[in-house]
Amino acid sequence: MKGLKFFFFQMKRNPLSIAGLVLIVIFTIIAVFAPLIAPTPEGQFNAYMIPRDGYGSTPKPPSDEHIFGTTEGQYDIFYGVIWGTRTAFQIGLIVMGAVLLIGIFLGSIAGYFGGIVDEIIMRITDVFMAFPPLILAMAVTIALGQGIQSVMTAIIIVMWPSYARVIRGDILAIREEDYVEASRSVGSSHLRVILRHVLPNSIYPIFIMASLDIGAVVLMAAGLSFLGLGVPEGYADWGQMISFARNWIVGTPSNTFAYWHTVWIPGLFIFFFVMGWNLLGDSLRDILDPRLARR
Amino acid sequence: MVFVTDPRQLANIEEIIELYGLNAPLWQQYFTWINEVFHGNLGWTQVVGMSVTDAINNFLPATLELAIFATPLIIFGGIWLGTKAAANKDRLIDHATRAGAIAGWSLPTFWLGLVLLMIFYGFFTGLFPPERLSTEMNVIVNSATFHRYTGLNFLDGILNGEWGVTFDSLRHMVLPVLTLSVVNIAFIMRLMRSSMLESLGKGYILTARAKGLSERVVINKHARRNAMIPVLTVSGYLFAAIVNGVVIVESIFNYKGLGWWAWRTAINLDISAVLGFALFNGVLFVLTNLVVDLLYARFDPRVRLGGGV
Repeated sequence: MKGLKFFFFQMKRNPLSIAGLVLIVIFTIIAVFAPLIAPTPEGQFNAYMIPRDGYGSTPKPPSDEHIFGTTEGQYDIFYGVIWGTRTAFQIGLIVMGAVLLIGIFLGSIAGYFGGIVDEIIMRITDVFMAFPPLILAMAVTIALGQGIQSVMTAIIIVMWPSYARVIRGDILAIREEDYVEASRSVGSSHLRVILRHVLPNSIYPIFIMASLDIGAVVLMAAGLSFLGLGVPEGYADWGQMISFARNWIVGTPSNTFAYWHTVWIPGLFIFFFVMGWNLLGDSLRDILDPRLARR
Repeated sequence: MVFVTDPRQLANIEEIIELYGLNAPLWQQYFTWINEVFHGNLGWTQVVGMSVTDAINNFLPATLELAIFATPLIIFGGIWLGTKAAANKDRLIDHATRAGAIAGWSLPTFWLGLVLLMIFYGFFTGLFPPERLSTEMNVIVNSATFHRYTGLNFLDGILNGEWGVTFDSLRHMVLPVLTLSVVNIAFIMRLMRSSMLESLGKGYILTARAKGLSERVVINKHARRNAMIPVLTVSGYLFAAIVNGVVIVESIFNYKGLGWWAWRTAINLDISAVLGFALFNGVLFVLTNLVVDLLYARFDPRVRLGGGV
């Protein structure tokens, strides 16, 4: 409890972390209340598909009916970005959750038992870490077939090795501590030692890393969608909405910025979402890990 | 090497299955593949209609051109900004660069590219256009008298005395290089700043200052040289970041290099090409990391290969 109070005290001292927290809270509200903010039209089966107003290709500027205008193919931008917030949270949180689970599980096994088990798991991480992340994610997405699940699986496959490594490294150090030996000597099982003594002492750096990486996960997923490898067409996803805009950057002869809304609105949503997580992760790191504190 | 390039060849499908051993057990097919890969055969890419190795050879110079300009910009830009920020800690310049770094780090590359195009191609009509060369220059480059020495347009332009080509290719590279650099400069800058601050807190800095050395010498020589080691450590990562960025940047600017090709193959499910590209990058990535490790031992006398901790 005292720790929590100190935590909030520290948060309050740094205006940047407040900004990050505020951004994430706003996005959380948008995601939770998406059905109220942008109601799904009657008779639409899947709420995540953006409603279209006709099939013309030229985007329409903001109007009363479409407050952020429409993008290529007459997809409603307002609906897209609001429901896209949900997609972003889903991708970020599910991917991070899975990465943490796999990373912690394999990392702690490798670090705690060492020897041949360690060797095998670490050589497997080597294989995954031998490729530039986005390239590997692209290859895996294609192998699994297009779709949001494939994108998430691909990013999980790309990210878990670095987590497993960090966990392993921390556990290697903690394994030698006296309290671990003490616990073993009174007859605790390996599982108990890992769960009660080793993990609680080595897990903080991982959570900091995770909060810093959620932004990166969302960026990578958006990048894949932008390249046309992510969600099916019309799915509420920021990256895809920007790819709809790529033919409309030049505008009309009389107004060069005629279609600014198709590029800027989804872009700013991604930007602020990622920035929120980065600011939050940065301040979490300063507060929770004094070793890494910003000087 | 035999490739199936046309559906009409599938008339003798049994023969082809036999020829490529597609009815063999998986592990055997896998070893056939590995064997072919080691003999330099990565398969056929349908998108550009050539073998994968040829495609890599063809598209590499364009990407190399981008990397040649982006890498120094990222490294020196990042080091310079990081040093500036650390030397002026908690002053306006520090806050500004830090805010800029967090913003830059959060920017989606693909969005930044489109916004830059919107301004420098749309608003200032045609100032910095997409693609690699304009149509007229393409004609010159593809003419019989133009000798391709390196495949790098700006260099070949100089070597052939065609300054128009050099100028045109540089003009086309401004936006892709900028897009590629911004995010990574932010990354190097943050790293450099914190490592600079650590280095400035060391005893030898106090000694240097006590000797009466000017602040410029203290920062540029004593502090910065030591602070640059972490930047060297991440240059392997930087390579990966540039390759990642190249795929997105080249697809935005329709700049026909390796990244553009990888993107086309990916959305057209050109599996052997995607595999080949990933493998090529994997090998390069591992080699880069090896070089970085060797450089590390060269520059940091505390690191001795083969020694203990």
